[in-house]
Amino acid sequence: MATVTFDGATRIYPGATKPAVDKLDLSIADGEFLVLVGPSGCGKSTSLRMLAGLEEVNEGRIFIGDRDVTDVQPKDRDIAMVFQNYALYPHMTVADNMGFALKIAGLPKDQIRSRVEEAAKILDLEEYLTRKPKALSGGQRQRVAMGRAIVRQPRVFLMDEPLSNLDAKLRVSTRTQIASLQRRLDVTTVYVTHDQTEALTMGDRIAVLKDGLLQQVGTPLEQYDTPANVFVASFIGSPAMNIGTFPIVDGAAQVGDAKLPLTRTTLAAVTPDDDGKIVVGFRPESLDIVTEAAPGAIAVEVDIVEELGSDAFVYGRVPNLDPRASFTSDHVIVRADPRDVPAKGSVVRVTVRPGEQHIFSAATGLRLPA
Amino acid sequence: MAFNITAAAPDPALLDLPWATPLADWPPDVVAALPRGISRHVVRFVKLSDRVLAVKEIAPRAAHHEYRMLRDLAALGVPSVTAVGVVSGRVDESGEPLDAALVTRHLQFSLPYRALFANQLVPDTASRLLDALVALLVRLHLAGFYWGDVSLSNTLFRRDASAFAAYLVDAETGELHPELTEGQRMYDLDLAQTNIIGELMDLEAGDRLDPGTDPLAVGEDLVTRYLALWDALTQEETVTDNAKWQVAARIAELNSLGFDVGELTMASDENGSALKIQPKVVEPGHHARRLARLTGLEVQENQARRLLNDLDAHRHDRGMTDESEEFAAHDWVANVFEPTIKAIPLDLRGKLEPAQIFHEVQEHRWFMSQTEGRYVPMDQAVQHYVDHVLRHRRDEASLIGVDTRTLPPVPDLPAG
Repeated sequence: MATVTFDGATRIYPGATKPAVDKLDLSIADGEFLVLVGPSGCGKSTSLRMLAGLEEVNEGRIFIGDRDVTDVQPKDRDIAMVFQNYALYPHMTVADNMGFALKIAGLPKDQIRSRVEEAAKILDLEEYLTRKPKALSGGQRQRVAMGRAIVRQPRVFLMDEPLSNLDAKLRVSTRTQIASLQRRLDVTTVYVTHDQTEALTMGDRIAVLKDGLLQQVGTPLEQYDTPANVFVASFIGSPAMNIGTFPIVDGAAQVGDAKLPLTRTTLAAVTPDDDGKIVVGFRPESLDIVTEAAPGAIAVEVDIVEELGSDAFVYGRVPNLDPRASFTSDHVIVRADPRDVPAKGSVVRVTVRPGEQHIFSAATGLRLPA
Repeated sequence: MAFNITAAAPDPALLDLPWATPLADWPPDVVAALPRGISRHVVRFVKLSDRVLAVKEIAPRAAHHEYRMLRDLAALGVPSVTAVGVVSGRVDESGEPLDAALVTRHLQFSLPYRALFANQLVPDTASRLLDALVALLVRLHLAGFYWGDVSLSNTLFRRDASAFAAYLVDAETGELHPELTEGQRMYDLDLAQTNIIGELMDLEAGDRLDPGTDPLAVGEDLVTRYLALWDALTQEETVTDNAKWQVAARIAELNSLGFDVGELTMASDENGSALKIQPKVVEPGHHARRLARLTGLEVQENQARRLLNDLDAHRHDRGMTDESEEFAAHDWVANVFEPTIKAIPLDLRGKLEPAQIFHEVQEHRWFMSQTEGRYVPMDQAVQHYVDHVLRHRRDEASLIGVDTRTLPPVPDLPAG
């Protein structure tokens, strides 16, 4: 087991003007499950491949434990890429399927056997070790393939979108399986995905990347509660956070007819570059539908109501927006009580729960103090 | 998503296939039983408009990726199967979505490695397959292709004179880069070593491997041969004296390995006393191209080597050394190559490719001459070869009727 450290690691592809990964600084703890997440082209896969030794590091260093692996060949890094290849060999027993790579490494037989038995125990495959893969179920076969990576006892597991080719239902069950297996093995794991739900449900911590730059690293809850900038705010959470740019009028953000008061601290952080505007975000689940009389309530004209049984989501528009104001998406989304949904075409009033409002600079997109 | 077929040259007959049925359940009247390798996915062969197609069921994203990779590889001239199309948006009778299907053309006269081992225990088969795979891997790496899943299962082999030529059949994990890093090449090589040892150990466990073959040694050999070929093709070399001769020697060495030099950099060092030479662009198929230029015959590299040797001998025997090479080549095609192929009964010509038949006849003739202690004329050699060898060979144009599959493919999914 080991820590992993990216120290100003940069990858510039030949002929490119902009780095694919730009001065990445990231420390991953021993045994931690870290998820690299971001939209396509953000540099998450490149970062993983730099750690795997598949991509050159043009600047900076990468460490596994105390060892500088920047210039070390992939197979000498003590890492395992999981799910890359899991064809099973029909004539070999489950034990041989799991352990044959250790023969290549020249391990003595008794050591191979003990490692295979240990892995089989973790994977619930003990009773199948002498059988052929034909006798196993699909799920068991996949566990045998995982076993092949586990018996090598790598210091770090690397996974690059392992679920991307599965259908939605299987993605959920495999996700749980991988997460629980990682916790049992307690091996440092770096996992790449473009799916924020996967990131939130699996990672001990999440590193969000965009355009080759690390945006924020933290626990799922930190990313959800205090996104560092507008990008993280819009990327983390589903349905996405409602985010808009609004003029500051009398010390408050003017959202349609409503005034959302801003604290003195927030106002003090506004600069001339912000041009009298501020970015406000509120999650669909941070809104309460209130009676007309509530102060600071935002009017929302209901376009569509999506009923999911456990939840209902109202998709609507805020009328009377200032010409300088705009939302980042077409609709404002409000979570509603599924037993009491507003009618299509009606107007509801919503308030943001105290402390659940996110404020960002209109100029830089960075989070401002509340 | 709506039902959709992406294809470069769409064949309307594709629409007749039972796309609403999971591939594993396709009826026997549609499916041709061809030998298959070990696959993670369901793969079936179908006969369509006189062609044999391979259909693989995979996730839509992966199908489109692989389709694009195969088309790119074809454009780069790398030996690989031809992508026909992707069928996506499939739904079954009850409206449940099905995975996409990648359709490729079955490579005529090609054999999966398991079929080669299943046939007969020819000593040295593993070693000859290895040579072919190493040549393919080096070509892919020169072209900037990172395979990500190198194995015998993901390769098809065609007889190429006494050797084999390898074709890539699975590009699912592949990536095309302007140039590969050393890490990518070495990781691919490491995967190749592990997979091939695994595949040979599996054959060993199934009593299909020549007992003299040690999987671990073959695996090591693969690495050694790859590194040697890569170095021969790309290494920088410092030349001190007689530079002209040494450059010519390097080019001749690459030619003998079957490569043409497209670009060679030559730079003198700081004090101008030595010259550094390094091949920058090397292109395989040196002999195949030379033969095609001389005769119009399009064959594989080692077959071309064989035919060129015969052509050179013919030119010498006929005292045509003063004639132009083209003239001699024309004479050889008209008086040696074509008569040999025409002497093969029509019904037996589907057994092997013509160039392979010619090569085997030549070998046969040599053995006959050795045994009989006389110079056996060509017509006698052909007749003897037809009666004693070819007639008993299995039809390899598309090897139908033998299913080497022993294990249903591992589904992509875990249970629960």
